[in-house]
Amino acid sequence: MKSINTALKLTGVVGLVVSLGACVKKKTEEAVIPAVPQVTVTLDGSSTVFPISEAIAEEFKKANQDNVTIGVSGTGGGFKKFCSKEVAMVGASRAITAEEAQACSTNGVNFIELPVAFDGIAIVVNPKNTFAESVTVAELKMLWAPEAQGKVTKWSQVRAGWPDKEIHLFGPGVDSGTYDYFTKAIVGTEHSSRGDFTSSEDDNVLVQGVTADEFSLGFFGLSYFEANKEKLKLVKLDDGVAENGEGPIAPNATTIGDATYQPLSRPIFIYVSSSALTENEAVARFSSFYAQNAGRVAAHVGYVALPTDLAAIVTQRLTDRKIGSLFSAEAAKGTVRSVLEASKLPAAPAAEGAAVPTDAAAPAPTAAPAPAAVPAAPAPAPHGQHPAK
Amino acid sequence: MKKNHEIWYERGFLLLCGFSVLLPLAILFYFVAQVVMDGFGRLSLQFLLGFPSRFAEQAGVLPGLVGSFYLLLITGLIALPIGVGAAVYLEEYGKRSRLATLIEVNISNLAGVPSVIYGLLGLAVFVRALGMGRSILAGGCTLAFLVLPIVVISTREALRTVPQGFREASAALGATKWQTIRGVVLPEAMPGILTGAILALSRALGETAPLVVVGALTYVTFLPNSLNSPFTALPLQIYNWVSRPQAAFAANAAAGIVVLLILMLAMNMIAVILRGRMQNRR
Repeated sequence: MKSINTALKLTGVVGLVVSLGACVKKKTEEAVIPAVPQVTVTLDGSSTVFPISEAIAEEFKKANQDNVTIGVSGTGGGFKKFCSKEVAMVGASRAITAEEAQACSTNGVNFIELPVAFDGIAIVVNPKNTFAESVTVAELKMLWAPEAQGKVTKWSQVRAGWPDKEIHLFGPGVDSGTYDYFTKAIVGTEHSSRGDFTSSEDDNVLVQGVTADEFSLGFFGLSYFEANKEKLKLVKLDDGVAENGEGPIAPNATTIGDATYQPLSRPIFIYVSSSALTENEAVARFSSFYAQNAGRVAAHVGYVALPTDLAAIVTQRLTDRKIGSLFSAEAAKGTVRSVLEASKLPAAPAAEGAAVPTDAAAPAPTAAPAPAAVPAAPAPAPHGQHPAK
Repeated sequence: MKKNHEIWYERGFLLLCGFSVLLPLAILFYFVAQVVMDGFGRLSLQFLLGFPSRFAEQAGVLPGLVGSFYLLLITGLIALPIGVGAAVYLEEYGKRSRLATLIEVNISNLAGVPSVIYGLLGLAVFVRALGMGRSILAGGCTLAFLVLPIVVISTREALRTVPQGFREASAALGATKWQTIRGVVLPEAMPGILTGAILALSRALGETAPLVVVGALTYVTFLPNSLNSPFTALPLQIYNWVSRPQAAFAANAAAGIVVLLILMLAMNMIAVILRGRMQNRR
């Protein structure tokens, strides 16, 4: 009896080990398969860029057999996968950072940067709010700066004449590209703002919040305002710079496209790995399809298409396989137009190899508006250039 | 006089209990009704068989539906044999020792670990260490680990409901322990085991976070064709639609939720039917 008992125990244990091993065994069988790689385009990254990518993939699929997969792990998460060669392309709601570029170059990943559309960040208030028609960048900065926490709590403190009522702030989650961009453009330092505001990763929640609160103020992607126009009121933005349109400006397709709605219109990007471009024909087909058709689908998913001449420059950059980032060290370095046009002018041969400044600690003041900034052929400084902080 | 008081107390208590039953039911009903109303218009064959699209009216859930189905299959095939086996060992063979208590406590704790943690485990073990990549197999294995404690615990509960006398009677007739377990204990406990299994699989069906960590995608233009395929799942598709600005996508999300609910209901129905069959057979 005892021996049977032990034997049974043994078989039980063996059975367990075998079924556990099933997981492992399947894996070894699988390991053979990747030797014949599927021709697949892999894209990951920002949820902001996802709607455009999805639309492009949908159109692309109609004419092509290649399989396209799109993941959503955020701009930062997407770059991690991109720089470790897990995916061929990444959608980013901001330009690549110096750290990310460093990680990419460590792994030997060269990338081609393609601005594909503009996204505006809308400043909104409750429709019952009758006093706030426009706001200046300085006022926003005063309101959102870290120092404002617990101190600037009333509308009257933002602008004299506004009511003596408590102001309730709503903004995207601190991990989102929208928050990063807003803090950089308004407060001046990326990822730095007051903490006492209601934040949510889901912009629809912010819409709800502002809708329900008469004395609220919030910011989020313009497409969320467009989809909820009747429930929200848009606030015009005045950046106090006359060259890009005087006075308060409301965000819309025109003002975002011609860069007069500043500083809260931003380009969104696709980064393509150059080795994937050469090795995988599907990636080459898909990325050129992307560059040529992004403008066609942008408006439908709530973004603003690049003006045709800029889109042409972008497509050309892809055709020429121009490696490196034009927008990475961007603080208030110039508009998308000036940067892109500047990149076209002196076709310095050295531009190919030059990537973004890889040393994060190095102060990069006016240096390198474009990788083309070689001593011999100084690139023309884009207008409206400020030294990067 | 005192008796009168008691009656009132009892009535009050009854009222409270009734209220406790009705309140969650009412809330649940409200949510389900809301979702069905929002999503019913979008439910169609085209929605079930379509691929995601930027046009909300043309979008469908097919990749998510098929992905979820395969995930469940893999999860069930891995978690159920291991889970039931572990429970049988712990309950029938294992002796009351300090080690057994330790294992028991750990399993209970594992059942309460947040699912994201399992996602990280899956990423480290299946995706990286075992080299499965971000495949549907890795996703299924991760979900299997996630629901394993639930299967173990519910199976043990089911085994415990089998009266000790049954085992003794079986032994008295000369059956070995294995014969007793196979012929008496497991069939007797099967309805309970099935309920636990369905609960576990339902949980796996609704999970999003661990799949995102393991590397589930949001958009694929094809259906999984091997264990090595990239994949997406129904909850991810719903999540994506919910976060879109346009209201039409919210309707899609509601329709997706209805599909998910129907799937879960169907699974529960199967469990109920199977259980009924088994109880009748005896």
